[in-house]
Amino acid sequence: MTYQPQNDFGTPESRSDETVSLTIDGRNVTVPAGTSVMRAAAEKGTSIPKLCATDSVKSFGSCRLCLVEIDGRRGTPASCTTPVEPGMVVRTQTPHLAKLRKGVMELYISDHPLDCLTCAANGDCELQDQAGAVGLRDVRYDVQATHLGQEKDHSNPYFDFDPSKCIACSRCIRACDEVQGTLALTMEGRGWGSKISAGLASDNFLESECVSCGACVQACPTATLVEKKVVEVGTPERSVVTTCAYCGVGCTFRAEMRGEQLVRMVPYKDGKANRGHSCVKGRFAWGYAQHQERILKPMIRKSISDPWREVEWDEAFAYTASELKRISAKYGRNALGGITSSRCTNEETFLVQKLIRAGFGNNNVDTCARVCHSPTGYGLKTTFGTSAGTQDFDSVEDTDVILIIGANPTDGHPVFASRMKRRLRGQDGRPGAKLIVIDPRRTDIVRSPHIEAQHHLPLRPGTNVAVLTAMAHVIVTEGLADEAFIRERCDWDEYSHWAEFVSQARNSPENLQPVTLVDAEELRAAARLYATGGNGAIYYGLGVTEHSQGSSTVMAIANLAMATGNIGRRGVGVNPLRGQNNVQGACDMGSFPHELAGYRHISDGNARKLFEDDWGVTLDPEPGLRIPNMLDAAVDGVFKALYCQGEDILQSDPNTAHVSAGLAAMECVIVHDLFLNETANYAHIFLPGSTFLEKNGTFTNAERRIQPVRKVMTPMNGLEDWEVTQRLAQAMGLDWNYTHPSEIMDEIARLTPTFAGVSFARLDEVGSLQWPVTADAPDGSPIMHVDGFVRGKGKFVVTDYVPTDEKTGPRFPLLLTTGRILSQYNVGAQTRRTENVAWHPEDLLEIHPVDAEDRGVKSGDWVKLASRAGETTLRATVTDRVAPGVVYTTFHHAVTQANVVTTDFSDWATNCPEYKVTAVQISASNGPTEWQEEYEALSTRSRRVETGIAAE
Amino acid sequence: MNSVERLVHMANQIATNLATDAAPVAAVADHIQQFWDPRMKKMIFAHGTAGLSPVAAAAISLLADAQNGA
Repeated sequence: MTYQPQNDFGTPESRSDETVSLTIDGRNVTVPAGTSVMRAAAEKGTSIPKLCATDSVKSFGSCRLCLVEIDGRRGTPASCTTPVEPGMVVRTQTPHLAKLRKGVMELYISDHPLDCLTCAANGDCELQDQAGAVGLRDVRYDVQATHLGQEKDHSNPYFDFDPSKCIACSRCIRACDEVQGTLALTMEGRGWGSKISAGLASDNFLESECVSCGACVQACPTATLVEKKVVEVGTPERSVVTTCAYCGVGCTFRAEMRGEQLVRMVPYKDGKANRGHSCVKGRFAWGYAQHQERILKPMIRKSISDPWREVEWDEAFAYTASELKRISAKYGRNALGGITSSRCTNEETFLVQKLIRAGFGNNNVDTCARVCHSPTGYGLKTTFGTSAGTQDFDSVEDTDVILIIGANPTDGHPVFASRMKRRLRGQDGRPGAKLIVIDPRRTDIVRSPHIEAQHHLPLRPGTNVAVLTAMAHVIVTEGLADEAFIRERCDWDEYSHWAEFVSQARNSPENLQPVTLVDAEELRAAARLYATGGNGAIYYGLGVTEHSQGSSTVMAIANLAMATGNIGRRGVGVNPLRGQNNVQGACDMGSFPHELAGYRHISDGNARKLFEDDWGVTLDPEPGLRIPNMLDAAVDGVFKALYCQGEDILQSDPNTAHVSAGLAAMECVIVHDLFLNETANYAHIFLPGSTFLEKNGTFTNAERRIQPVRKVMTPMNGLEDWEVTQRLAQAMGLDWNYTHPSEIMDEIARLTPTFAGVSFARLDEVGSLQWPVTADAPDGSPIMHVDGFVRGKGKFVVTDYVPTDEKTGPRFPLLLTTGRILSQYNVGAQTRRTENVAWHPEDLLEIHPVDAEDRGVKSGDWVKLASRAGETTLRATVTDRVAPGVVYTTFHHAVTQANVVTTDFSDWATNCPEYKVTAVQISASNGPTEWQEEYEALSTRSRRVETGIAAE
Repeated sequence: MNSVERLVHMANQIATNLATDAAPVAAVADHIQQFWDPRMKKMIFAHGTAGLSPVAAAAISLLADAQNGA
């Protein structure tokens, strides 16, 4: 297919149920009421010339190019701002209109450079197209004053701004306002002096508040805002629709290609998760895929003190299989295990867990979701009956009260945050939703342009359960519970038991205030708002799960939603915001040691038999080891081999010293990844991985949406990741013969009732499907628990607040909590290898001015961050965004090693690490700690490749 | 913490969090049965009840008896 940009209908779609019929150029057209004449024409394939209109933003009516004639109306109204009316008769092409349009275009072109042949947008420029469409052949004006010849702004690493090419249509400003919601751009000056400005006149794009989401670049009709890559390589010649491999929002993109070269990733307007929007990571930060540090050949070594030796794939598989068999024979089959990746596809994840269960002969399989959302699995399964968010993202459009707890969506889930912010701002006369934020930090969404949270509850880290129980106390004791809903949908006795518990005086906001540090009146007001403000929806992240009471907090959230009847329809629900692209999928695919695909316990004989019959093996009915248990067993000398696909446990898991001791005690660590990551320092076998651009498969996002990932280029390492796992399984003697990932999905569908109706053919047909996809719901299930909970009756669980064992004291008086930043992703393996380092070159420690002053710390100073587990150094930034007594940092940079400091305390139910609460002390420092220096030396030593050239 | 100490800590943590369950001993036993691998169970059975809270100790005894009876 040759390159075509996506259709632009000029103005946004109308959601009205009413329809209107009219005549455009003699043809009858029927469209929803509220549709513009421009859009009505475009839907019939009639293209009315336009410049200032694009369908991602509201109509503006400034360019005067889209004029039409309407019977019975005077003059020539702009079709973008004129809504359709019944019986309207519209003409889009008349001699009079042609003359007017040509005049308008002539004015535009009189102040535009005529360098089309050498312009980056040549062939993909709306101004050029419209000049052609109106038949402009000559410009009569001899203009003395122009706005040409201005300096370009190259500061943004991904796009250029050339003010001379600007036609002042303000599409970029409106995209920033309406789509992204950052309001970074404005129009400065008047007349010839009009200029798009990113903040103050002194700001360039990089230094401004611009978050580099790309919405302005996409909206720009000329080459004023253009991707640097397009400037470098030219316009694309084909496109493939695929799914982003960053966060759990799961944005759909068009990968726009020249041959096998990726030119740009453009958000796909028909993507149901992102609705045409993107963030800096998905839109621009894909350079890691071709980064020079990618390892493209398998490598092996006997000992981690040896340099790596490159080998061919055949030797790598034979050696790996022989090592695994040797260890199994010597130490027993339970000495082997593996970790699936939430970055890999459903199909790859399914194969890894199948290899472990059917090939290794045990259930020692876990996934990186262990360290993020395993409490969601436990908590939502216990209360609702299945481990998944209850809503689709569109649901937020009908929400009246948004409650965010332990999540920072503008940084962690930026594209969904933009949709949230749109709802919070209100639109077209509809008031915005109300906002409650429960977070120790004043995250950006608490107060941002046109948005202010009604209630921000800055709780002490580790007291989520106490805060939620206090909210429940208010709801129950003030008679705000939805008893009709509870009687119909939940177990009344369990509710009564729970209501009696939360009503106890010890659970009142006033009584818990000394523990939570949350003002009791503010908490009461927040609880009342959530219970009585209309549709209430809870969105939560790792600030909920990564605690010693993570699972309890998830259940406390579910309790609140059930008690207020906020489940089972649009606008409400309980919504975990998943960290990585395929956390949901990895969990669905049977990656946990106690569960087969579809959340069926391994001790369930019927479920096991289904798999045993299909796979021709006998499965162990006992649960296997979770990641922390594997590391403990390794230190004990009984766990000896690990196949780790797409996860860097040494950097991402807590208490680095313990992780490294566990890895060092193993005889065969197999790392299957793109780069020599930190875990690879302890690996004996490295199997090079493929990127999301190089393989076929599916990802499942936070709204249970299964979406296709499509191969747009040949894997640089030679094999897609599912092929690597299959070849390893074959070398182990398993008779696997998949020829395409679609066959793996067929097997998943065969064995997993909630995936029964999923296939690649069906996904190609409809774009995406939200599980459950069953005979009853062949088109999937946007909202869950509509007519009843999956488990039958919703279960209220008493969640008593239990303080964490991680205590502050004289030696460690501050609480450290960790999180992410917009421009970086997770352990940074991908984003650190892109230009995103321009925004976040290092991890910084946020510290409150009072705590900083007590310690003589200023912004920019190096400080030592010490806990009971270990110590590291990084630079401080002094800010009142954190409360006194709380410090915060990100964990994106290997050199910082924030997890040297975090402890191995974990969630009581799932062993999800307690990353969010570590007692620490801060002191001045003048250099790296001993650990950092030793680790640096180990990394350098460990990354040697036999050719003598260090790989990293 | 060595592995046994960690298992004791985990069992106590489970017991504390399930203390409000209608039948806490059975709930703790069921949780450990469902989520601990056989070696972890064997280790805590061998360790006995030292350091365990009364509910955790009763749950471990219940599980050990069931295992031995089986």
